[in-house]
Amino acid sequence: MAEAIKVPTMAEFMAQGKSPEVLFWVGCAGSFDDRAKKITKAFVKLLAKAGVEFAVLGTEESCTGDPAKRAGNEFLFQMQAVTNIEVLNGYEVKKIVTACPHCFNTIANEYPGLGGTYEVLHHTQFLKSLISEGRLTVEGGKYKGKRITFHDPCYLARANRIYEAPRDLLAKLEVELVEMKRCKTNGFCCGAGGAQMFKEPEPGNKDVNIERTEQALETKPDIIAAGCPFCNTMMTDGIKNKEKESEIEVLDIAEMIAAAEDL
Amino acid sequence: MEYLPNILFILALAAGVGFFVINCRKLIRNIKLGRDENHSDNKPQRFKNMAKIALGQYKMVRRPVSGIIHVLVYLGFIIINIEVLEIIIDGIFGTHRIFSFLGGFYDFLIAVFEIFALLVLVGVIIFWIRRNVLHIKRFLNKELKGWPKLDANLILYFEVVLMLLFLTMNAADLSLQLRGADHYAQASGVVGSFPVSQFIVPLFENMDTASVILIERAAWWIHILGILVFLNYLYYSKHLHILLAFPNTYFARLKPQGEFDNLEAVTNEVKLMMDPDADPYAMPAEEESDEVPAKFGASEATDLSWAQLLNAYTCTECGRCTSECPAHQTGKKLSPRRIMMATRDRIEDIGKNIDANKGEFKEDGKQLLDDYITREELWACTTCNACVEACPVGINPLSIIMDMRQYLVMEQSAAPSDLNNAMTNIENNAAPWPFNQMDRANWINEI
Ligand code: HEM
Ligand code: SF4
Ligand code: SF4
Repeated sequence: MAEAIKVPTMAEFMAQGKSPEVLFWVGCAGSFDDRAKKITKAFVKLLAKAGVEFAVLGTEESCTGDPAKRAGNEFLFQMQAVTNIEVLNGYEVKKIVTACPHCFNTIANEYPGLGGTYEVLHHTQFLKSLISEGRLTVEGGKYKGKRITFHDPCYLARANRIYEAPRDLLAKLEVELVEMKRCKTNGFCCGAGGAQMFKEPEPGNKDVNIERTEQALETKPDIIAAGCPFCNTMMTDGIKNKEKESEIEVLDIAEMIAAAEDL
Repeated sequence: MEYLPNILFILALAAGVGFFVINCRKLIRNIKLGRDENHSDNKPQRFKNMAKIALGQYKMVRRPVSGIIHVLVYLGFIIINIEVLEIIIDGIFGTHRIFSFLGGFYDFLIAVFEIFALLVLVGVIIFWIRRNVLHIKRFLNKELKGWPKLDANLILYFEVVLMLLFLTMNAADLSLQLRGADHYAQASGVVGSFPVSQFIVPLFENMDTASVILIERAAWWIHILGILVFLNYLYYSKHLHILLAFPNTYFARLKPQGEFDNLEAVTNEVKLMMDPDADPYAMPAEEESDEVPAKFGASEATDLSWAQLLNAYTCTECGRCTSECPAHQTGKKLSPRRIMMATRDRIEDIGKNIDANKGEFKEDGKQLLDDYITREELWACTTCNACVEACPVGINPLSIIMDMRQYLVMEQSAAPSDLNNAMTNIENNAAPWPFNQMDRANWINEI
């Protein structure tokens, strides 16, 4: 790295009397989870490369409340939501980008009713727009011709009908995209949603992520691409369980683009 | 005595329709036991959904085999019902094929009815084979044991018998027209065109006219009485979907599937808690507004909204939801179809209880939670919406699961302990894991 990347906070922008083009909502996984932090860093590098003036909330960000809401704790969810909305509105945030479909869904769909209305984008949508505006260029590079299957996050594809943006980015990477039988709006959950990430599964004969990993393995991929930090964890665990980690990588699309650009 | 058949027919018709009206009233009353909820916004979009999903069978054909056969049965049913109109008018006035004045068009109509009757017959037989001979997974779940399985087969037997009677009636009628029998033969020659039942006519060739009249009358009567019985069977059956699929798709949610409603009662309390100017002693005034519900979430069928209860009555028990459910596919106890069936069972039991106790519900020591739907089922859901996406009649099993989770967590603090830990973490350090909020931006220094 030639130059250290600066990640300014909203507070710093505010102190200079400026406002950024977009707020990067990092999310709890992206902030704390070691695997997900790599996605965060890759995305930040892409933002920097494209010359996007962005900011994060830093320590002023808190959980959107998604896991609390899907666990049934509407109180806790709304407490989180109102706290976050106060911060966001205080900074007069207009546009938010996030690499987490759960944060995306919650802020885009559930915050407006509580007083927080913003333009919210998933990072794959934002990257796509950067490319189409010519601010970011992507070439196949190391992924050209690789067999890749994309696991649709439920809260992106089915819940919000966004399944083209990630695929368009994969097309830019010139990969060979092989779809699983269950994809796009018929995708199969990784097993993390609905706060399942934070509890033991109920009794059954298999874990959901193992089932999904088997479906992915049927496509004989070199890489499983993901667009959600939780899916990423679930699929990575699945691949480890199948002892395939030396052959198959689980990567976020942002990580793939960053790696293709040698960032 | 001449008018006896007409009078008997009118009485049968009145009884059939009368009982049906009573059943409909009961159905509407039961649905209205649900919580009020507004589903009247954006009417154009709602009509569009109904036209596409119910009328157009849009989601049915995602499973091509059962979907296309169903389209045949469905179309056949609707089209053949035009003929039932003629049968009713003939029955009331003692006429013979009252619409035959339509001439060539009438011939065309009857021909179409007959072809559809044959297609329905074939379709229903394939349905029966799929249910009883082929081992199709979604028809084998344990929630279908007993009545649901019998119900599914009864419907198919009903349809077979009705179609056979319809064709027999037409064949006997044609045979009588060809013989020039009184009342049947018309001056203009044979009325109607019978591309299917003409092949049954030879069976009557060696019978005397009186016997054929008997067969024709018997088939006519059993067919129309069968329809009236079937009409009244609907309420007790998953076949209720043939009516409710339409309102259910009309009232279905229009928002993105990922958007879960924010509970207004909670919003009010949260605002009060967060507002530094709020006067904590002003609480009594709050109770005056009847918006604050007695409890959060649902532990009983009557805590659900009317739209959720309509969902339960509309369910066709097809199991498309369950066969897509990741929890179910990995052997968990949860089956979204069973959630719908259990909800219908409970609201039906409540309705019966009310009827038995002079319009007043008498405590029966049961509730939807635990007695009909277990916690293990509720906690297995990943909220992935696959069931919602799969349902061809616009049902949302997930919304019931979520309402019941809300009850468990907010009224009973009965979440699994791991979840309680995650929620305590969110409350204390703004993330579901036990990390310090002040460390949230540490990743910045690691780039
Ligand atoms: C109005 C006349 C209709 C008739 C006569 C009719 C008839 C039937 C019959 C006989 C079955 C049982 C199939 C079996 O045993 O597998 C069935 C199932 C079903 N019907 Fe209908 N139906 C009607 C309307 C509708 C409408 C408007 C919808 C909405 C899309 C609908 C959706 C379904 C579904 C989802 C099933 C379960 C089928 C499956 O297993 O995939 N039906 N219907
Ligand atoms: S939302 Fe819940 S019940 Fe519906 S398919 Fe997904 S896991 Fe199953
Ligand atoms: S909820 Fe819908 S998909 Fe599930 S069984 Fe009922 S009708 Fe079929």
